[in-house]
Amino acid sequence: MFQLLNGMTFAALLFVVASGFTLIFGLLRIVNLAHGALYLFGGYVGFTVGGIAGSFVVAAISAMIFVAAAGLVLDRGLLRLVRGGELRQVMLTLGVAFVLNDAGLVIWGGDTLTVPTPEALQGAVVIGSLFYPKFRLFVLAMGIAVFAGLWLLLNKTRLGALIRAGVDDREMVEACGINIKRVFLVTFMLGSALAGLGGVLGGTFLALYPGADAEILVFSLAVVIIGGRGSLVGAATGALLIGLLNTFGQVWFPQLAYFVIFGPMAALLAFRPLGLFGKEA
Amino acid sequence: MIRILSPVLIGIAALAPLVLPTYFVSVATQILIFAVLAMAVDLLAGFTGRTPLCHGAIFGTSAYVTIYAASVVGWPIGLAMLTGILAATCLAMVFGLLAVRTSGVYFLLLTLALGLIVWGVCLRWTEITGGENGLRAQLREDLGLSTRQLYVAVLVTVLCATAAMWRLVRSPFGLTMRGIKEGEGRMASLGYDVTLHLLIAFTASGFFAGVAGALYAVFNDFASPSIVQLSSSVQGLLMAIVGGVGTLFGGFVGAFVIIAMEQTVSAFTERWPTVLGLTFILMMIFAPEGVVGKARLLLKR
Repeated sequence: MFQLLNGMTFAALLFVVASGFTLIFGLLRIVNLAHGALYLFGGYVGFTVGGIAGSFVVAAISAMIFVAAAGLVLDRGLLRLVRGGELRQVMLTLGVAFVLNDAGLVIWGGDTLTVPTPEALQGAVVIGSLFYPKFRLFVLAMGIAVFAGLWLLLNKTRLGALIRAGVDDREMVEACGINIKRVFLVTFMLGSALAGLGGVLGGTFLALYPGADAEILVFSLAVVIIGGRGSLVGAATGALLIGLLNTFGQVWFPQLAYFVIFGPMAALLAFRPLGLFGKEA
Repeated sequence: MIRILSPVLIGIAALAPLVLPTYFVSVATQILIFAVLAMAVDLLAGFTGRTPLCHGAIFGTSAYVTIYAASVVGWPIGLAMLTGILAATCLAMVFGLLAVRTSGVYFLLLTLALGLIVWGVCLRWTEITGGENGLRAQLREDLGLSTRQLYVAVLVTVLCATAAMWRLVRSPFGLTMRGIKEGEGRMASLGYDVTLHLLIAFTASGFFAGVAGALYAVFNDFASPSIVQLSSSVQGLLMAIVGGVGTLFGGFVGAFVIIAMEQTVSAFTERWPTVLGLTFILMMIFAPEGVVGKARLLLKR
């Protein structure tokens, strides 16, 4: 039960990070390999702001704003220059990831940092015979809230309709007279902000250190590979699967936990190369 | 004129390190090893149109296995290297089985995830891999080679590997690979088994990455998670790109440029990853066809 909750809360964190990733991938066809670096940066900013302001909410919001701004710069400043060449864009984000990580190392050093847990969420709740940390349950709730929010955004708003249309057929949306570049930009910033939020959440109940970006990136990649490009439900399913597998994997085979994620991913790819909910590009 | 001059120039370049100070000899050895890695990446990226991001992991696996077999198990070095190469080839085959059905960005994504899994295993499986501390050995001392002798040994191996890759891309098989790059659907309708060809190409590429890894094990005497991590795969790919994707020999140029830059930059600052990242960004914006490709374009004009 305890492990099940651990798996679920980790899945919630993964979902927050991977949903941003899959949105960007689905619409812009860019695998933003700087996503892990943005996550780490969000966590670091949250750590610094949280230390100054002493408020978790302020920390989370400023991290989201900061990372969304970074996304803005990335999209407007760099990716615009290589529009069209998908592989070039992906590799460009890789270069950005290197620069960001190195900058993080310069600014915050190589030590392991954690964002302080807000007072209201410290301690544990008692569920039956089980003591469980409040903050982890909060992360779970956040994951569900983000899912609900994104679902509403995608299915009930004009912007959501544009994003969904863009995932299915970009040219057609443009032909309808929509400025798809603006939709791209908003999506990119939204996806980045989610990475930033994930960074603060992850920075609180996991930790921030150089290399955390690559770990969260591989998990996000696995989630998107399993779930399929640009699918919200896919990201949720993938996150749940990976979160649970990773948690139970670490309990049963602590040293080979990575293989436990790898197995189902491989099996899935053999049958559905585009993931559970993926569509042809 | 160029035809007569170029072999002479190449010969001079290859033998020059023998009269230079030891430091340059070891840098030159490193360049040769990474040139093989870059060419292995180019086999896939340049000839089948599939850009991989897992070659650092394959390369590193070979280095890890070589060092483990030689220092922990105690096998002779030659056998250990062969085991390392075999392990890399098998790993590449597994990766290939999973990845060859995808293409483009999806292929990149998948190979990246597969490569990161290897990194995770190397980092966590401390009993075998030594975790963050890595594995140490004294392979070079055991062989009794001086820096210069090692350079010559590496040079000979690298030339053989290069010749083999050259043969491969010029063979009918290589032409099929190019055909798949240009028009996968057409090759399939001509009756070629595209998946099988890609799998073989992937495995061959992994074999050569393994050769580079085994040489690196002897050269470096040390394997740590940093050689299987993403930046290692990125560096291999960047070398292939800088040299020019699809040029094969561009790998030497790419390896030379990147390693020379790394050595120079590291002398002044510890911010090599930033420089590497910036180089990558600038290359993608201004010269995606690489130094050799760009030079060819400029010459044509």
